[in-house]
This record gives sequence, structure tokens and C-alpha cells, in this order.
Amino acid sequence: MELELTDDQRLFHETSRKFLDVNMATTAVRALAANPDGFDRDWWRSGAGLGWTSLLVDESHGGGAISGTGLADLAIVAEELGRHVGPGPLLAVNVVANAVSRLGSAAQQAAVLPGLLDGSQMATWCLRDAGGKWTRHSASTATAPTGPRRPEAQSNEPAAVASARGVGFEINAKKVMVEAAAQADWLLVTAATTAGPTQFLLPSTTPGIKITPSTSVDLVRRYATVRFNGVQVGLDAVLGTVGHAAQNIERQLQVALVLQCAEMTGAAGKVFEFTCEYATDRYSFGRPLASYQALKHRFADMKTWLEASYATTLAAAAAVHAQGPDAPRLASVAKAYVADRTPEIIHDCIQMHGGIGVTWEHDLHLYLRRVTLLRAMYGTPDEHRERIATIVIEREDAVNGNR
Amino acid sequence: METVDEFRTRARTWLESGGLPRLPEGERWDPLADDDDHASRARELQKMIWDGGFAGICYPTEYGGLGLTVEHQRAFDAETCEIHEMPFIFSTPTHSICGPTLLDCATETQKQRHIPPMLRGEELWVQFMSEPSGGSDMAGALTTATRDGEVFLLNGSKVWSTYAYRADYAICLARTDWSRPKHRGLSMFIVPIHDPRTTIVQIEMIDGNKEFCQEYFDDVEIPLGNVVGEVNDGWTVASRLLFHEKTTVGRVSPYVSVPYRDATDTSMAGFVALARAGGRIDDPDARRKIGQIEMLLTVQAHLTGRIGSGLKTKYFPDQAGAIARLFSGTTYVERANIGLDLAGPDAVVWEGDDDRQNVSMAYLLRQARCIGGGTIEMARNVVSERILGMPREYAADKDVAFGDVKRGR
Repeated sequence: MELELTDDQRLFHETSRKFLDVNMATTAVRALAANPDGFDRDWWRSGAGLGWTSLLVDESHGGGAISGTGLADLAIVAEELGRHVGPGPLLAVNVVANAVSRLGSAAQQAAVLPGLLDGSQMATWCLRDAGGKWTRHSASTATAPTGPRRPEAQSNEPAAVASARGVGFEINAKKVMVEAAAQADWLLVTAATTAGPTQFLLPSTTPGIKITPSTSVDLVRRYATVRFNGVQVGLDAVLGTVGHAAQNIERQLQVALVLQCAEMTGAAGKVFEFTCEYATDRYSFGRPLASYQALKHRFADMKTWLEASYATTLAAAAAVHAQGPDAPRLASVAKAYVADRTPEIIHDCIQMHGGIGVTWEHDLHLYLRRVTLLRAMYGTPDEHRERIATIVIEREDAVNGNR
Repeated sequence: METVDEFRTRARTWLESGGLPRLPEGERWDPLADDDDHASRARELQKMIWDGGFAGICYPTEYGGLGLTVEHQRAFDAETCEIHEMPFIFSTPTHSICGPTLLDCATETQKQRHIPPMLRGEELWVQFMSEPSGGSDMAGALTTATRDGEVFLLNGSKVWSTYAYRADYAICLARTDWSRPKHRGLSMFIVPIHDPRTTIVQIEMIDGNKEFCQEYFDDVEIPLGNVVGEVNDGWTVASRLLFHEKTTVGRVSPYVSVPYRDATDTSMAGFVALARAGGRIDDPDARRKIGQIEMLLTVQAHLTGRIGSGLKTKYFPDQAGAIARLFSGTTYVERANIGLDLAGPDAVVWEGDDDRQNVSMAYLLRQARCIGGGTIEMARNVVSERILGMPREYAADKDVAFGDVKRGR
């Protein structure tokens, strides 16, 4: 995906690629389909040993990026994982690790980060409420500096409720589509309080938490519903500041979007490559499939969509890392585009394969399952188009002094 | 080398001291303004840029350029485009296609003779490439240059040259040997445009615009010294020219100022205004369409940036400009469709002067963006054959004397 890697990044990429080549052939992915966790914990520890969970964690807490841009480094792993349709809670663990590294108290960092960094523990983010949405309105309302809080306009305002109880909170919520929740040791929960959106970090074994596995379209990515029934937590469970989580939720969302885009481009890129080879090797009517202009033109379209996907993913990674004012827009642009095009690329590649492409035996469906899953998680292309429109309309109105 | 920041500061200082006149508030530059004052104004503006020391940013210093990088060019764009009057008529094809082709293929004498005048705003160039019979088959040129003593005599016709009647020179592809296969009997010439034996006719487009011309040559005399490259090796020169054309149409040329959006295109503010005027600003479907355009234009900018850097570092082969060209064509189609949708019936029936008529005009001329500068079908051939390495299309005129090739029923 990257046009140029630094020497360190290239070494890191090679190491991760070889590790996945050896341990995560598609036969291995298929074998893991029957595993309740969807991945092997020793395998995950080895991945963590390569640095997969350290890149968004500050050096002072035992982490560290390869280059100056940890998110770009992590995107290399996400892309490679997509190329192998590999399992593992890469997105979930890294989003939480990054949040704890940036916002956590010393006690939270000491309790959570070492296990995530060495791969012995997992963490995940409980964002979506039953009946709720991934994204609400624009990110820019989240940064409104003053004035009374307008509940309707709050960005990512969680429907889960945490009510003040003595010196702590009681959480009541039903969170759905939580990645690797049944495997996680730590849960980051996004909830509403009377002071505003607030996040809590708690062990998954806290009394009152019930985790029910769901079924996903992917063979190895696990999701679950997490119910919080009168869960009592102290103030020490708050991550960041009570009532001021909106910007942090937005940033976590952006990190998730970039990692998804990198993984989807990886999956589609791999499928595109082996389909080009297939079209060259397979003959019909005495000539290679790749010699038919009707098919060549579709390959040209796919190549264009793929290069555009790489380009916008890299631009989003850079913008989210820099956290400039353009980060919400560029993260949504990348998600809307990549999640729209990569499933189409894979469907077109299935068409190029003909009947074998829709069989269980061929690996194509593994990749299609992965991008179909990621397309919807953290917002469909249409949801992100609407989010972009809100940003654009606010921007243009600000320039033209409308409203 | 002067750093980009130093360069930007120098450009700002120059502009603040009145180096280039500012556009009046709220006015946008109209690239299709069809009047001759506009053309002579462009010559004045290009001279101002030359005098200010900012002409030919990526051109070599030995031909009057600055020998700087595309980053310098883009920094200059950010300071000038859409803010100041700019001589965009010189951008394409003079500075982005004809000049770079001469740099690649012309003799030292030819370069010294023509490139500094191009940068000073004294020579406006066009391309005499397409022919009425040719379409995308540029190497099938029928226009013929026949050696006659110390000159070549040019006969035939060229078409789709932009504003040829206002220009000074053309780079012209003509057949010099009909007994050779088609790509090996062509030569490239420098042709002075104003000649009593050349007739220029303007072509009227769907929207009434008359920028394109067709030329008829009747024994036009071309000196021998005006051949670019070797006689009968004109296709080598044409290939370089087509490369520069692709990078220009794909908006990745380092040689010219590229406004972020074409001035005649509906801006994002324009799309928001269309939705609001139609009472659809809160309609989720209209908002998704606004989001879709913003998404496509943003991704297009990212893609052209990627292709531009990749061409420079050789990550991509020279033909990768075709990827950007294909994306720009298909994106324009979506954009024109969405504009028409958001405007609703107001785009097709209006009273007096309504901006929304531009939306229907953009829609009517939609396919021009998928044809001009190489069709998107040719771009798809290039991407699949030259970048992905898939088998080339069968050609009935390969390795056959061009005089024997069938040219119609």
C-alpha cells in the first residue's frame, strides 16, 4: 500500500508478513472456524511479540512506534492481516490500548497495558447500543467549546446510561456487536451520564456483566452482546474525565476506521492479485481470459479503485495521526470509499472465476466475508456519506455566512 | 536548492507587492471565456510571471526555468490559483504537453529557440495530433508530409486543437512514409500556425463553445530543421507527448498550475446551495449525494497525489497516468449526474439568468470528460495492458505497409 517504507518499517512488514505466511495460510483460517475464540492465544502472543499491540502506546508505557506515525505502522499490520484474512482482535485491542495510553490514570495503565502489550490479555470497546448507531451527527459538534449541552446534537452520545451512585456509577446498558467481548479481559464502555458522555474501563468479570456470543458472517472474527445490569463501578473506573468523552470517542472511532480500511484494502488487494494470475493462466476458446477486452476493462476499473483505496487510506491514517481539524472528514471519506469499492472488487473477482468462485472450497468467500463484515462495522458507506455531508454543509455555511 | 518554504515566502512577497493582479472579490476564473482579449491577457500575465522569476518552475534552468520540484509548483498554485488572474491558457497544452515533449525529444537548437519564448508568454502552442478519420487511433494519421527539396510539404487535416487560431505554433504528427508499418512511417514537426496555405475552422460544441478547431493544410511548407526527433521515428515523440497528455488530464503534471477544481465545475458550495434551493438540505438521500461528491473529489486528490509521487519515484510505470485519467472521467460522470439530481426540474426550465442552467450544461457535456485527452476506454486498455501486463488487443494493421491497411468498408 505504501509507496515508500522506511527501512525499519520494511523490516517490520517483512517480519509480520512471514509470520502470517507461516502460521496463517487460509487452511489455518478455515481450521479456526470451529474454535470458539476464532484464534489461538499463543499465536496472538507471538503477534504481540512482533509489536502488533505496541504501536499506539506511548514509549513511557512500554509501547512505541516504528516510524514517527504509529497508526501508519499499525496499518501495515492491518493490511497484511487482511491479505491473510487472519483472525485476532487487532482493532479492538489497539483502540483500547491507545485510549488507555493517552487517557488512563497511572493505576489503569499499570493494570491494563502490560497484558495487552505482551498479548497475554485482551481488551475491547463496547460502543454500539442495541437499536443505536455507530456515528451520530458530525464530529465538529463534539468540539463545540462552550454553551449549554444540547443532548440531541452531541456527537456519539451514548444511549447506555451510567448514573451516579455514592462515589461511583451504576451502569445499565446493552451493547451489541462488541468484537472479541467473550475473549476480552477488559471492557471499555461508552455511556451517558448527566454530565455528558463518559467512558469506563472495567474487568469483564465485574459482577452484573453478561456476555452472550453472537454469530458473524466472518469465519473467525467473534462478536458478542454485552449486558450491564446494575454494574457498580468506582470513580477509578472512569477513563478520562466524567462528561467529556465526546472527543475521545470520535478519536477512537477514527482509529477504528483507519484500521478497517487498511484491512479491507489488504483483502481486496490480495484477491485482485490472484485473480489477475487466474485470468492469465485460464484459457477459454483457445485464449487467456485476460485477453478479452470486456474483462480487461473490468480489471482496469478494479486496479483504479484499488489504488484509490490505498491512497485514501494512507491519507486518513496521516490525518488521524496528526489529529488536525480534517481528521473526521478524511476518516469518513476513506471508510465510505473503501467500504463501497472493496466488496465490489471481490465480487467482480468472483465473477472472473466463474462457478468455482461461489463454492465453499475456494478461498474467495473468506475475503468477501471479511470485507462484508468490516463494511458495516463502525458505519456503512451511506452512514459515512451522511456524516461527510454534515461536515461539508457546516463548512460551506461557515464560509458563506448562511444560517 | 531553494526550499519550498523559502520559495513560498518569496512568491507571497512578490504577490503582495502586486506581482499578479488579484481576481475581483467573488469572481472565479473562467477557462472557457471565449474572447480574444482573454488570450492576449494571458500573454501579459505569463510575462509578469516570467519577470517575477516564477515561470517554468519545473523546467530546467538552461531553458529559462527554475529547475525546482513539483512541491514548489503546488506551493505556487496554492498562493495563486483562484486568488489571482492566471494565464491558464498557457498551461495546456503549451507548458504541460508541448514544452515537456520538446524537452524530451527536440534538438538543443529547437529547445533554445522555443522553450524560453513559451515561458515568457510569447509562444502559445497547440497539438495537431487527432484527425477527423482517426478517433483514438492516433498512429493511423493520414496527414502527409512529403519531402520536396529543402522543405516538407504538409497536406491533410487535423482536429480538436484548442484555440488554434490564437496560437503561434503546433506540434504536428504526419505520415512521411506510406510503405512502412503505421507506427514506423510517422514524423513529428514544429509547424507555424499562421500560414496562407493553412485554413482554420472553429467547431461549435453542444454548449455553444468554439474553443476547438479543425485545420486544413494545402502544401504548407515546413523547413527540414523543424523535424522533432528522427524522420519516420515520430511515434517515439508522440509516445512522450501522450504520456505528458495523460499526466495533464489526470492532473498530475508537474509543469503547470492546477487549480483544485475546474472553475466551471459546480463547487461543493454550489451543490449545498442546489440542495437547499430544492428544499432537500435535510433529506438523507440528498445528503448522501453531497457526501458522495465530496468523497469522490477528496479521493481523486489523494489518488492523483499518489500517482504523481509514484511516477516520480518509478514505483509506477510511465503509463500510470491512465489510472488518474480513468478516475477523473468516471468521477465527473457521477458528479454531473448528482448535480442534475439535486437541482431537479430547475436545471432544465428556468426564467431569466439562473445559475442552475450550468448544471444541465455540465450534464449535457458530461461525456466530453470521458473522451477528451484520450477516452476512458483507451485508458482502460493502457491500465490492463501496460500496467497489469495483460495481452494486447489484436491489431489488423501491425507489421503491414500502412498504404495497404484497410481504412473503411
